[in-house]
Amino acid sequence: MIKTGFVERNLRLLFPLPALIFVVVMMLFPVIYTLFLSFTNWNLTSGMPLRIVGLQSYYRIFTEPRFLAAFGRTFAFTGAAVVTETILGIAVALILNREFLGKGLVKLFLLLPLVATPVAVGIVFNLFYDPTIGLANYALSLAGFPRSGWVSNTATVLPSLVLVDVWQWTPMIALIVLAGLAGLSSEPYESARVDGASELQILWRITLPMVMPTIFTAMILRTIDALKTFDIIFAMTGGGPGYSSETLNILGYKYSFEYFRMGQSSVILVALFAVVLACSLGIMKLRGRAEA
Amino acid sequence: MRKILAILLAVMVLSVASAQTKEIRVLLANHPYGDLLKSAIPEFEQASGIKVNVEQYQEGQLSTKLATEFASGSSTVDVFMSRPLQEAKMFYKNGWFQPLSSYDFSDFPKSALGLVTFGSKVYAVPIVTEWQVLYYRADLLKKAGLAVPKTFAELEAAAKKLNSADVAGFASRGKGNPAVTQLSAYIYSYGGNYLEKGKAAFNSKKALDAIRFYGKMLGNYGPTGVTAMSWDNIMPLFQAGKVAMWTDASVFYGQIVDPAKSQVPAENVGMASLPAGPAGSKPYFVVSWSIGVSKKSKDQDSAQKFLAWATSKEMAKRGLAAQIPMARDSAWADKEVLSKVLPSLVETRAQAAKNGMPYDRPYMSAVGEARDRIGEVIIESINTKGASANLDKKAADMVQKVNELLEDTGEYGVQ
Repeated sequence: MIKTGFVERNLRLLFPLPALIFVVVMMLFPVIYTLFLSFTNWNLTSGMPLRIVGLQSYYRIFTEPRFLAAFGRTFAFTGAAVVTETILGIAVALILNREFLGKGLVKLFLLLPLVATPVAVGIVFNLFYDPTIGLANYALSLAGFPRSGWVSNTATVLPSLVLVDVWQWTPMIALIVLAGLAGLSSEPYESARVDGASELQILWRITLPMVMPTIFTAMILRTIDALKTFDIIFAMTGGGPGYSSETLNILGYKYSFEYFRMGQSSVILVALFAVVLACSLGIMKLRGRAEA
Repeated sequence: MRKILAILLAVMVLSVASAQTKEIRVLLANHPYGDLLKSAIPEFEQASGIKVNVEQYQEGQLSTKLATEFASGSSTVDVFMSRPLQEAKMFYKNGWFQPLSSYDFSDFPKSALGLVTFGSKVYAVPIVTEWQVLYYRADLLKKAGLAVPKTFAELEAAAKKLNSADVAGFASRGKGNPAVTQLSAYIYSYGGNYLEKGKAAFNSKKALDAIRFYGKMLGNYGPTGVTAMSWDNIMPLFQAGKVAMWTDASVFYGQIVDPAKSQVPAENVGMASLPAGPAGSKPYFVVSWSIGVSKKSKDQDSAQKFLAWATSKEMAKRGLAAQIPMARDSAWADKEVLSKVLPSLVETRAQAAKNGMPYDRPYMSAVGEARDRIGEVIIESINTKGASANLDKKAADMVQKVNELLEDTGEYGVQ
């Protein structure tokens, strides 16, 4: 009988170990620690040691109007951004799915927003949006429209931020959908044409249903990301003017790094975590139905 | 051959590492004095043989950086700049400052030391004082036939006259949180205050009148989008000639007239004391920055040496000569230095030192959140040009919020 060492005998346990350790240390631990903190009153400004207070921080946060407003705003931002991006993304993908001159070049330009650093994008758009010396208002005034406050006005700040998000992330949806379109078999199309279906019918009855799972995948990715959007908003408005662009992530940041209320900040982050999880599960369920 | 080279290299690396030059880590703010220190540090390194690793941050980021590093307990910061009115109370409560028992503080004004003294010990060295001034475009005032405003009424009349589609008649911080410090002087000049006897008091009639006036001025004559603006947004507008009058801290004159950045020639930029309100001209006169040593510093000796150099009389004179209003009395008594200082800086300082208030924000540990809360009231006032019917209620709500914060930190009703 061949004697085998400990390593050989336990290969199937040892090989996944690095990945397992990584997941536990880098992913599981922070989530559980945040959950733990959410039940404490840890507050650096009080200078008092951390104490477990049960649901007290939850009560303080859930009755805070700022939190409720940020909660709704997170959904408004995500909904507006993801829906716009999906519609535009599908449209762009359908156009790019045809052959035309300079297609490669168009695809290349489409990639550019994706590789740009969000904070840099935010700074550039801030210059662009500047109410006094910015290009956006200059363009509006040339076209004969009144000047807008863009991100400096409570009423227009959220749509202005959505616009930046759409500019940056529509290409991602377009590329994913394009990949889905490329993988479709040509047979259903041929038989549809033989049966005399119009182009619109083909799009509506064949292309879209067939590519739907891919669209849902793109939407899940975008939704998770949009719910967590931080960099663009932080770089452009920091949640302002006032609190008018404060999403859950921004509010969580402010509570921990500006107010130093770690316990209550953890409550906000736990809420955000729950929202992201619920949304992803919801869309996955929809996707399952679309595939069935 | 290659082996020998590798060994040689290894020996060199080891010998460098074992030479053990002393090293300290210093965190500075993006502030004119932070810039000055940074550029002078090579002199300190040469004289002392201590290597200084400098990091420089914008004030909010600096505050966050320090607090998170200190709270984690594994900070390697040795010396750091901080704001007595913003962070000192919280840093002291958490025991992050090393008390400065052997430092000679006789050259500093008592009011300045009060903010960094807890119990009987001083925890940081005041470096820069700031007070509120009115920056104005002398050429525009002259063209309109106006004198430099001396009262709030004159300020309003001038703003109205100077305001045009191209130039904002008046500017001051409108972004809620940063605006709190600039609004303070208006509240004082109306006879109000943020806190009274350890309780929030900015919903008093006097304070509300001031908040309404501030909102009216910025709502009517401020630049577009002023509720998103702090000093760093207003300065480029002033430099581009788009603002006629601007109230803010006294440290900015040197930067405003920097010919590399400004399109407005220096002779057209004036600086005057804050115009008087119903209770007189009462600007804030505060210690905006201090330098302290971290309790966790592993090389207290080098850290103290750096502190002594960075806050020395010589550095104070150099700072003042560069138009930075230093805290040390001796710098302001030096005739040779004063000859290089703008006369208006000296004049406005004398006025502010006499009538000014030592706080420009509610003095409390949870000041960050309190400022956001007061900021809500400011923005409401600006958005409605001071006419909001909702303002009294909003202010009362925010007073309650700030009182809660005071209770959370055990400071409610404590003076």
